[in-house]
Amino acid sequence: MSAPTAAAATATFEMVVGLEVHVQLKTTTKIFCRCSTDFGAPPNANTCPVCLALPGALPVLNAHAVDLAIRAALALGCRVQSTSVFARKNYFYPDLPKGYQISQFDRPLALDGLLRIGTRPDGSPINTRITRVHMEEDAGKSVHDRFAGVTAVDLNRAGVPLIEIVSEPDLRGAREADAYLRTLKQILEFIDVSDVSMEKGSLRVDANISARRMGETVLGTKTEVKNMNSFSGVTRALEVEFDRQCRVLEAGGRIEQQTMLWDADAGEVRPARSKEGSHDYRYFPDPDLPPLIIPLERIDRLKRELPELPAARRERFRAEYPALAPYDIEVLTAGPGIGAYFEHVARASGDPKTAANWIMGDVLASLKATDQSIEHFSVRPADLAELLDLVRDGVVSLTAAKQVFALMVKTGDRPSQIAEREQLLKVTDDSALVAWVDEVLAEHPDEARRFIGGERRLQGVLVGHVMKKSKGSADPKRVNQLLGARIGT
Amino acid sequence: MTPNDRAAIGALSAAELRDRVAAGDVSPRSAAEASLDRASEIGAWRDGLNILLYENRDDARRQAEDVARRRERGDAGSLAGVPVILKDNIATTSLPTSCGSRILEGYVSPYDATVAQRLRAAGAVIVAKSNMDEFAMGSSTENSAFGPAKNPLAPARVPGGSSGGSAASVAAGLVRIALGSETGGSVRQPAAFCGVVGVKPTYGRVSRYGLVAFASSLDQVGVFGRSVDDAALGLHTIAGLDPLDSTSAAEPVPMYRDAARGSLTGVVIGRPKEYFPDDLDPRIRDKCDASLAVLESLGAEVREVTLPHTHLAIEVYYIVAPAEASSNLARFDGVRYGLRLEGDGLRGMYEATRSSGFGPEVTRRILLGTYVLSAGYYDAYYRKAQQVRALIARDFADVFKSGVHLLFTPTTPTPAFELGAKSDPYEMYLSDIFTCTANLAGVPAMSLPIGRVDGLPVGGQFIANHFDERQMFAAAYALERQLGAGAHA
Repeated sequence: MSAPTAAAATATFEMVVGLEVHVQLKTTTKIFCRCSTDFGAPPNANTCPVCLALPGALPVLNAHAVDLAIRAALALGCRVQSTSVFARKNYFYPDLPKGYQISQFDRPLALDGLLRIGTRPDGSPINTRITRVHMEEDAGKSVHDRFAGVTAVDLNRAGVPLIEIVSEPDLRGAREADAYLRTLKQILEFIDVSDVSMEKGSLRVDANISARRMGETVLGTKTEVKNMNSFSGVTRALEVEFDRQCRVLEAGGRIEQQTMLWDADAGEVRPARSKEGSHDYRYFPDPDLPPLIIPLERIDRLKRELPELPAARRERFRAEYPALAPYDIEVLTAGPGIGAYFEHVARASGDPKTAANWIMGDVLASLKATDQSIEHFSVRPADLAELLDLVRDGVVSLTAAKQVFALMVKTGDRPSQIAEREQLLKVTDDSALVAWVDEVLAEHPDEARRFIGGERRLQGVLVGHVMKKSKGSADPKRVNQLLGARIGT
Repeated sequence: MTPNDRAAIGALSAAELRDRVAAGDVSPRSAAEASLDRASEIGAWRDGLNILLYENRDDARRQAEDVARRRERGDAGSLAGVPVILKDNIATTSLPTSCGSRILEGYVSPYDATVAQRLRAAGAVIVAKSNMDEFAMGSSTENSAFGPAKNPLAPARVPGGSSGGSAASVAAGLVRIALGSETGGSVRQPAAFCGVVGVKPTYGRVSRYGLVAFASSLDQVGVFGRSVDDAALGLHTIAGLDPLDSTSAAEPVPMYRDAARGSLTGVVIGRPKEYFPDDLDPRIRDKCDASLAVLESLGAEVREVTLPHTHLAIEVYYIVAPAEASSNLARFDGVRYGLRLEGDGLRGMYEATRSSGFGPEVTRRILLGTYVLSAGYYDAYYRKAQQVRALIARDFADVFKSGVHLLFTPTTPTPAFELGAKSDPYEMYLSDIFTCTANLAGVPAMSLPIGRVDGLPVGGQFIANHFDERQMFAAAYALERQLGAGAHA
């Protein structure tokens, strides 16, 4: 037998992944002071004695951040702890003003969640266990490239509220990791607790990854991969690191437990600069903050207030809108807003399938082209439903409807107003239609002669000319009748 | 203003001075100037007793004039025109806040501590900041980076510590009310050494916002008074819930001065045997027993009680306090404020700044605290210490549950010792043996002068149940009245 290639090596190994996801909560103020969390303010504009860690300043917990964190924990199926404890994670770094980060350690906010991330070919669910959800504060930002030879520190981000969502090592392969992240992101969007943007840094992913031989049940030694800034980066980084680990193991080597940094440009993982031995964060309960006690009533209230989650919505759409294809349902439940928009149009127009087609086609294209969100789309769902009604009732043609829609996107006006103003109402009045037919025949004497002479296949071309002249408002059926009557005249 | 006027002002209690100011008989400005003039006369500054670190006459005048204007508007305040001195670890905008440390030398806080704000709101005039053991770590005020303070009653001796400067300021007649802070006896011990009244309120009674943290679960702002009444008035002004301190309590604040009219009939006073060990200086024991006899003669019942875990208090204290301190003092890193010394890279800067900025006792405690929180030692030290701390707290709970209203003990095992007498740190720690228990249990306690030994003041200590300062004041008022002024400085 010849030496195995890398591909052959990976085929005999299984990738085991657990993810740690940091999510920035959508609050207007920081977690322990009342500074703004606005993104993009001048450096250190959003700071105060508390988040600058001036002598004597003390933290006060932001209750809204706690509500959002509980909301997330509940949506992920976790048990919210009636008592959790903030702890100090001690280490020195210039962008960590207190010299410790306030986080949660041995008594986190919530435990034991479960996330269904898909279905196996045999129909069984792929579930990922969630170990814990805890709250913590973000650190500031060290800026190394702004001033020559020195590092500057911007503490606007210091104290921005985060939750960390830790999964068990239940993910097998980069595709499952990706599915987990997408499912998680979708849920967090539905419950409106975060912007969940990796690009903006409001969602950050660290991956624990190990390799083991197929059939093995004991976990291998893991490494932690950091510094990915997109979902595709996570997938690529996991594949590259898995490949590296497989080669080491295949060659009889051992995996060193260490932190690896993903370099997206080079497509490589590299060991992080080792930080003088292992870190000892000397966690201990923060004496400045009493234990966080969450009464059952508060948990119940937040549970009641949870909106419909993506899985439940897909289930319901399947039952309530049998005309929709599975793909339609996927698209219409991708985000929280599109489903609500769809349902509004579907209900008002009474035609879910047509509503779905419009939304998945023209609406999504316009949103993309005009960089709008469905929540603030210039075309209100009631107006789109009215447009659908106009088409159904033969008041405007489908062609004209597309033009009306384009103007609705631009102006936000109602479709009936636009159709009237732009003379796009379907013209069924024979006198107008006969005039257009006469004009078209006069303008195209050759085709007209041949058509009247019996060349019927030219009818389509001539109808087209008439429709164009009418800017789509002519009723094509009547135009066909009027033209047909000219043959042999 | 003639020296006679100044003497007249100096002879007034805080309440009397407040009344004279309110009546327009004494101007706030002359009261403030009398205080600062007296400080110069007795040599309170660095080349003398070294009990004061900073003054700002212009600012004191501005504050005084502001109070005068408020008085004219009929809004004099409960401390109108009363000059006060604050320990150097309480943040003030008008004077530096250096915590007796090189690392904060010249640092001026951009905000006022809540207690400073409340004093100002009540019309008090902050005239100076007082010397202290660096970061409140010490029992003699010899650990100040700005040189040791001396006891105004016996300049070869220490004033006690760590709030030695504030205690001495009251003893020397500069002010009737001064603020200190306690972590383990740092108000009561110097009060005893200087022959003044010192109150350590219940943990949570007074806001810690703006008190530079030493050990957050133990720290509490305390009040010095020339008399029980001065201290009662001072505490009432600063006590009460503060939304900026999550550990401050919503308990209502009674009028402590009303306790002056209280009767001791039916009050049960415990004499804990652990505070009267066989090797206690018999002269101190006699003074305490004489006070207990006085209390009995006033209607109180004296009962022998036991607090069986008392002997573990010093050891527990010297694990818990340094552990918290090691984290609290991490913010002094040279990055944002205070001392910064360049070194080789970031780590070199940290090492140079902190090695040079902190004195030996602070360094010792940071090292000790870092050690006891380290992985592998946490359970053996910090966790165990917290468990024993709970036992010490239960001792107090049990004794108060048994029908005892107050405890009475010596404040310190000895009167003020000579400068340089305690070169062994552990010897020094033992001077807090009777006081640090109240901090560990969070209960209120106060020291008042009960006589003299070798011409040096001896302090007696009352300890009460949580938030029962009123009971403590009632007994102190009564005892003070019976003992007469002779016991005072």
